[in-house]
Amino acid sequence: MQTVDLAIIGGGPAGMAAAIGAHEQGIEDIVILERENALGGILNQCIHNGFGLHAFKEELTGPEYAERYIRKVTELGIPVKLGTMVLDITPDKEITAVNPKGMLHIRAKAIILAMGCRERPRGALNIPGTRPVGIYTAGTAQKFVNLNGYLPGREVVILGSGDIGLIMARRMTLEGAEVKAVVELMPYSTGLKRNIVQCLDDYDIPLLLSHTVTEIIGRHRIEGVKVSAVDENQMPVPGSEQFISCDTLLLSVGLLPENELSMAADVSLSPVTGGAVVNERLETTTPGIFACGNVLHVHDLVDFVSEESMLAGRNAARYLQNPEPASRREIPIRSGQGVRYTVPSFMDPDTMDEVLTIRFRVNNVYRNCYICLYFDADRVYRRKARILTPGEMESVVLKKEMFTEHKGVSSITITAEEATNA
Amino acid sequence: MVDVAVIGGGIIGCSIARELSRLRLRTVVLEKGSDVASGSSKANSGIVHGGYDCIPGTLKARFNVLGNSMFDKRSKTLDFPFKRIGSLVLAFHEEERIHLKKLLQQGIQNGVSDLRVIEAEEIRRMEPNINDAVVAALYVPTGGIVCPYEMTVAFAENAVKNGVEFRLGFYVETVRKQNELFTIAGPSGDLTARVLINAAGLYADTINNMLSSKHFTITPRRGEYCLLDKTEGSLVNHTLFQLPTKAGKGILVTPTADGNLLLGPTSDEIMDKETTATTFNGLREVLQTAQADVQSLPTGKIITSFTGLRAASDTDDFIIGQSPDVENLINVAGIASPGLTSAPAIAEYVYSLVKKITRAQEKPDFQPRRKAFPKFRHMSARERSEAIAKNPDYGQIVCRCEQVTKAEVLAAIRGPLSVRDLDAIKRRTRAGMGRCQGGFCLMRIPEIVAGELHIPLNEVTKNGSGTNLLTDPNKQSL
Amino acid sequence: MKTLTCINCPIGCLLTVSVDEHENQCIKGNLCKRGIVYAKAELTNPTRTVTSTVRLRNAAVSQLPVKTSSPIPKGTMRACMLALKYIEVSAPVAAGDVIIENVCGTDTDIIATRSMPAITDLHA
Repeated sequence: MQTVDLAIIGGGPAGMAAAIGAHEQGIEDIVILERENALGGILNQCIHNGFGLHAFKEELTGPEYAERYIRKVTELGIPVKLGTMVLDITPDKEITAVNPKGMLHIRAKAIILAMGCRERPRGALNIPGTRPVGIYTAGTAQKFVNLNGYLPGREVVILGSGDIGLIMARRMTLEGAEVKAVVELMPYSTGLKRNIVQCLDDYDIPLLLSHTVTEIIGRHRIEGVKVSAVDENQMPVPGSEQFISCDTLLLSVGLLPENELSMAADVSLSPVTGGAVVNERLETTTPGIFACGNVLHVHDLVDFVSEESMLAGRNAARYLQNPEPASRREIPIRSGQGVRYTVPSFMDPDTMDEVLTIRFRVNNVYRNCYICLYFDADRVYRRKARILTPGEMESVVLKKEMFTEHKGVSSITITAEEATNA
Repeated sequence: MVDVAVIGGGIIGCSIARELSRLRLRTVVLEKGSDVASGSSKANSGIVHGGYDCIPGTLKARFNVLGNSMFDKRSKTLDFPFKRIGSLVLAFHEEERIHLKKLLQQGIQNGVSDLRVIEAEEIRRMEPNINDAVVAALYVPTGGIVCPYEMTVAFAENAVKNGVEFRLGFYVETVRKQNELFTIAGPSGDLTARVLINAAGLYADTINNMLSSKHFTITPRRGEYCLLDKTEGSLVNHTLFQLPTKAGKGILVTPTADGNLLLGPTSDEIMDKETTATTFNGLREVLQTAQADVQSLPTGKIITSFTGLRAASDTDDFIIGQSPDVENLINVAGIASPGLTSAPAIAEYVYSLVKKITRAQEKPDFQPRRKAFPKFRHMSARERSEAIAKNPDYGQIVCRCEQVTKAEVLAAIRGPLSVRDLDAIKRRTRAGMGRCQGGFCLMRIPEIVAGELHIPLNEVTKNGSGTNLLTDPNKQSL
Repeated sequence: MKTLTCINCPIGCLLTVSVDEHENQCIKGNLCKRGIVYAKAELTNPTRTVTSTVRLRNAAVSQLPVKTSSPIPKGTMRACMLALKYIEVSAPVAAGDVIIENVCGTDTDIIATRSMPAITDLHA
């Protein structure tokens, strides 16, 4: 059995940044295990621009963003095993993987989970109707168009207005297909305003908010969908049904962190994010196993994935250099009013860095509200926000000095509160 | 001219073809789909029934009990997944005990062995997640689960090995009989046969009624199902039935042979034989009914839903045997539930009929065994290393959820039936049947198919002509 | 009167643009100054970066991602796509390589956005 200090599962943006972060802290015995034949992960098929505005202060396409990290990983000489699929991870950090050269058994002192996420399929929605050809997740279609050079169809309906759905509406249109509508269950789109304008409005593609696909029609190839308006409980409104003919239905109905391997390693998962429960060092409930990027929680911007993953890499390095830390205080970070989840969900003020970024998402659209931070019942921080939407990741920064004034804190809560006149 | 033409490549046609391949006969199977098992045989409960609920004296009772007893041997000889896990018929009220007793009596009369009524305590030991409301159950130890399409493929592949010819994509438009010979014609050609076996499933009435004056009708009975993630496959250990009604055996909860959890089916008589759409009400009925069996149903773990059509005859029994007025026409029709269970026994019976009609001899070189290609997910660590050393394609996972390798996809394409559709590959390898439902492998398998067959990517199909996954190269219409 | 959605932040102000009697543009609906800047640019010369792919030979994938090196006028996007239709490139390619110079007279180049080694190099 091969041994290694740090094994990183996944060579996408998270895995690469994690490797760089760990290397910067002096860890050199690293291996990145990547199932594709190239580093870069999903960025390789995200050929649109808009990446890197936070990280590099310039606008890059997905492959360009990836290439900056690929170059760095290569320069640092970090070993990468491509075409290698990890099959199992045990709680004591033994990894079983496979590639065309054979089976790999690796014992790692620390592991960083960076497997990313996958798309929610049709089955999870249970849309009634037939099961013809022509129904794909938006990401699958993106791969066909951007990496294979083929369109899945000529007349397209897209269910879900997340960014991938919007981006694919533009891609398919530019490449010669007709996008007939983007159908969104919620009364708002979770996509960026910029994408709604530049991917839909630019091409006069209608966005049907508070609508859903209620039936799929077509024997061999999809011939059309029935689309209905939905009420406030997201149930179809009788009589509102319309038929839209199409030969392709793309689904952009959510992303799920891909945590099969994490479960095998006894990592506790959050029922809200589908990702691991982690402390401020991004360490999971299995000691020495860290998580970052979309496998931890689905991010809106890759820039934040890189930032978070660098931190995971640095923390893994610290763990390797000092695997048995002093006893820890674990203060829970709670999602209060308006907040859907936070990452991390635990923290220790004694071992934290000078600052700690807590990322979170809200559970609805809120206008003119306050993001508040509470230590027990005391509000220690408040910031006004003109708008908060579930599609955007928000953050608050905890400073170590905050704890000198509040010594015996037993819980931290983040809320999104309506602004009152008082 | 051939000796025997079998119309229909479902479980019935394929199991008959396999038994006929023991004889010195030229046998051809005509299947309108692009693969075997592309109708009712691919979308059913996959249950090997005990036989307690068939009315004594019927063909269903006879072939069910006999067929059930043949599964251990057949599944080993032909290498398809089968598990004799037993089934339970649940009673939720004291008043329902009388029905359990009736089923028990009926089962004994049909020759079902080891049946007994068990009490709540024993049920809870066997099924820890059973609903508190369950008071008693009929325990059927001979009940089992099978993978219906793999079983069909297994029979078909063994038939091919023993010389049966399969013509996939052969749609039968007309059948005539002249001068002792059947002429079967369709868009892809015609052929003549001495003996015609009508195993056309939902369309068995159409075939029969073109030849015989003794008409019958096959009515599609729609059944909708929900399939849950493998993480839920051990929610129950047995197949759980509720008390049967006039409409059938009712909605069951069962582990599948491949380790998922299956709920369904509904039962609606419909008109259209091609309506395999699922419906909002049907799926709701499945979930609501199944809810009664267990403490809590993890509905969030549904990975797909589907509809199957059972071919119900107007006599409510199987129609098996020589046509009363058309010599050498053998009908095997109305094979609704328990058709899958009965298939091996029906095939044996049809074999004896054909042998008598044709006076054909047994082949001395008949090869009874069929081996499925090795599955990476079933291999030990050592077997995996050995397989990859021999064939590096075993080291390339193309379906992450079901751990299917490129080697298996190629083995499916290169298999005895020369299939090329994604659905056919899926049925043989399970690629795309896992929780991501093809999100990962759908990007990989078309490339393997295109590479193997030397065709452009947009000629790869899902299930037959007109089902191309991709339409045009980028920018073609600009 | 014309309406636009501001793209600078998630609020997405609905901007209305009208022209007064002195031919002055009047932009309303913005909550901050960025809305005015955006609306003016969109009205005078809306531009977009086009990203697409061209065919690629001799590489592990059959498509090379490309983009316009700077945003081009919205009205020229379709012509730009047509210009890409028959382009085929052979690996090796480096990100930043110019694929088409001065595409459609926009003073903008089409450049590669991914480095792709030649297959022969991979196996060397």
